[in-house]
Amino acid sequence: MLDIALWTSLALVVAALLLNVYRLTIGPDMPDRLLALDTMYINSIALIVLLGLWLNTKTYFESALLIAMLGFISTVAVCKYLLRGDIIE
Amino acid sequence: MTHYVILEGVIAFLLVAGGAFVFIGSLGLAHLRDFYMRLHGPTKATTLGIGCMLVASMLYFWVTEGKPDIQEMLITLFLFITAPVSAHLLAKTGLHLRLKHVEKTAGRPAELRHEEVGEKPVPHPDRGHG
Repeated sequence: MLDIALWTSLALVVAALLLNVYRLTIGPDMPDRLLALDTMYINSIALIVLLGLWLNTKTYFESALLIAMLGFISTVAVCKYLLRGDIIE
Repeated sequence: MTHYVILEGVIAFLLVAGGAFVFIGSLGLAHLRDFYMRLHGPTKATTLGIGCMLVASMLYFWVTEGKPDIQEMLITLFLFITAPVSAHLLAKTGLHLRLKHVEKTAGRPAELRHEEVGEKPVPHPDRGHG
């Protein structure tokens, strides 16, 4: 049962990543691309969690936490750049 | 024996629900018509989906190793705190750049006060930039 659930979840997350790549490619404006990139960060965290379940190891959760932090910081930095033309005033 | 089966069912359900929510969030991102609508999908559905998956992972390692682990809960908490902040900043950026919107989207950029959509930051009348 867990095997089937893992495969289903993996397929759904990969499909979500492909949809994000689609929006990242055609996104008409800069914030659309930024939103797609932010969503890709979160989906990659989901992939890492599923990989940890698949390999039955907890080693990868540090990298998930790292990706979460860096994704948030980079999104905020690019937002500040688009808002003010400068990151640190 | 039976409660392991029940726990496995709960974990499997949480995994599939998480995958479905993540997929629905990205579907909204790819399909909806303007930026202010597209912001809804990733900020709500994707956050709930990743929360479901992390809770499933925490339950799984709790069952297999016998003791709970705070790490997944930490990631969940961090994502749930930061998602609204980045969504707010993205919405502010969209309003600042005056992105196109369809007629159904409520709240025009023109309805905001002048200093909220201005070309450059406006100093406060008393305190300057602070």
